[in-house]
Amino acid sequence: MTQVLLETHGLTVRFGGHVAVDAVSCAFHAGELTAIVGPNGAGKTTFFNLISGQIPASAGRVDLEGDDISRLSVSERCRRGLGRAFQLTNLFPGLSVLENVRLAIQAHRGAGRSLLTMADSHHALTTEAMAVLERVRLDRLRDQPVNALSHGNQRKLEVAMLIALDPRVYMFDEPTAGMSVDEAPVVLDLIAELKAERDRTILLVEHKMDVIRTLADRIIVLHNGALVADGEPGAVMASDVVQEAYMGKELADV
Amino acid sequence: MIMKLLSGDTPRSKILTLVLLAIFLCLALAPFLFPGVRSLDTAARIAIFIVLAASYDLLLGYTGVVSFAHTMFFGIGAYGVGLASQHMGRGYSALIVGSLSGALLAAALAFVIALFSLRVRAIFFAMITLAVASAVAVLVSQLSWLTGGEDGFTFRIPRELGPALRLGEFAGVKINGKLVNYYLIFTLSLILFLIMLRVVNSPFGRVLQAIRENDFRAEAIGYRVVWYRTVATCLSAAIAALAGSLFAIWLRYVGPDTTLSFAIMLDLLLMVVIGGMGTIYGAAIGATLLVLAQTYLQDLMGSAAAATEAIPLLSRLLDPDRWLLWLGVLFILSVYFFPTGIVGRLRAGK
Ligand SMILES: Nc1ncnc2c1ncn2[C@@H]1O[C@H](COP(=O)(O)OP(=O)(O)OP(=O)(O)O)[C@@H](O)[C@H]1O
Ligand SMILES: [Mg+2]
Repeated sequence: MTQVLLETHGLTVRFGGHVAVDAVSCAFHAGELTAIVGPNGAGKTTFFNLISGQIPASAGRVDLEGDDISRLSVSERCRRGLGRAFQLTNLFPGLSVLENVRLAIQAHRGAGRSLLTMADSHHALTTEAMAVLERVRLDRLRDQPVNALSHGNQRKLEVAMLIALDPRVYMFDEPTAGMSVDEAPVVLDLIAELKAERDRTILLVEHKMDVIRTLADRIIVLHNGALVADGEPGAVMASDVVQEAYMGKELADV
Repeated sequence: MIMKLLSGDTPRSKILTLVLLAIFLCLALAPFLFPGVRSLDTAARIAIFIVLAASYDLLLGYTGVVSFAHTMFFGIGAYGVGLASQHMGRGYSALIVGSLSGALLAAALAFVIALFSLRVRAIFFAMITLAVASAVAVLVSQLSWLTGGEDGFTFRIPRELGPALRLGEFAGVKINGKLVNYYLIFTLSLILFLIMLRVVNSPFGRVLQAIRENDFRAEAIGYRVVWYRTVATCLSAAIAALAGSLFAIWLRYVGPDTTLSFAIMLDLLLMVVIGGMGTIYGAAIGATLLVLAQTYLQDLMGSAAAATEAIPLLSRLLDPDRWLLWLGVLFILSVYFFPTGIVGRLRAGK
């Protein structure tokens, strides 16, 4: 098997008495796209929050490229190569489209600590940011303030911010939710391109079965916070546990 | 060249450019345009408060951190110069040592406050600064053997910076040490202002804006938010202290009322909010307006009250003692009509 980039060991979080993520142990490999599915409230986003560090785990551990990162801060995990796009769009609303991506590039290049140079004189950062914007077809909107963008374009920018970080592990949380039919392919094609690079790990939370079928190498199913199925897409979709636990009805529709 | 000096951050509005240019020219030529001790004093205050307000904007407007300790840092710089001059004897070395140690102490204190509070929550920082600033104010008034207590103390600065030095006349204006002193303050204020303009337009400054817009995401893309907030806090404190040193050099006096009082803290808040938060230029406009209002509004009201003596209620309202009331009204109106401050308004309506 290829190299393991990310691995969770018994990852658990409790909110009061409610176990939102329940002892999830799972390894993710380089070059693999794993779809994470499960009904609303299954704990998918919370699982991401534990991996990227927004929420401290009640128990368990996260390893990135073999190192335990459970005690590191969110920013430290990001600097180590863990990139995340959010389910609810989470941008710098008052700044321009270009500035949003530039900030991500700048973070990735470690250039944020310069106090007395002019930001606009760092042309390499701007060029790189424009290249990312072209990939999501937002280059023409570079000077628009983010809060003036349509929902679909904000979702694209959300993805652009993640790509700008050039991480080892990509975490997409329903990247196309609320996007129109003509907008979604831009993002999906991009994810396919990333996958083709083969040296990254991609985690994708997604509800749309057709998307999963075309992109995923593997599916894991969360139900009430627990990992109930894991495997190659065809097998997981057909398995009894999935049929009963969650997808029975939806699969019947397909 | 000018673009470089302004760090590429132009006023981006015709009227704003004119207003800023007018402020700059009036301050640069103040001794010749407005001769007289009082107007020179006003000009020096404006220059110093522009720096102080801009350093507060760096914190409030750019980083989104609310601090009530800004006048404390201002005071530390002022007392630094005062105490150094008193104990080292008059001289430039006392001024330099006093200013630098004031700035260092301010930055160190800001660092400690930031370390203890910013980790927790930004709002906690506001409360801590309030507590520390009150404690320091009490301390300064209690340690009267050192600080002169409530009365403060005067001290001597190099002769070349005082009215005793006479260099003759130019264009009908006496060229004396006070004038030299004014230009020293004007030049240093200008330099500090341009440095701040550079900082907010640097990669670091962009990160500060990102943190203000969405600290959660700033952290998520790899910026250590606490580090950035801490550095901004220390920098802002150090510059406030330097402004305080300039003020002390100008007044040749330090005391709690001129440097530490809570009233100045409120003024600062007004300057930044009226001018427009997060613009640096707003601080320049806000500071100019407020210092002018404080100096001349009372006079204006005095004459207005005298003119309307016959009308009972109006003359009462126009009594010079009511000037704070009118300032308050002005503040409410400006926040209501220009929520983004004067600069924001001008830029939007260009
Ligand atoms: N910070 C929190 N405090 C308390 N409960 C939480 C918190 N975060 C999540 N939860 C709970 O944990 C459970 C899992 O939520 P989560 O958002 O991870 O689900 P999800 O699988 O992402 O669902 P969706 O498909 O709707 O996005 C929910 O019951 C939610 O209410
Ligand atoms: Mg979710």
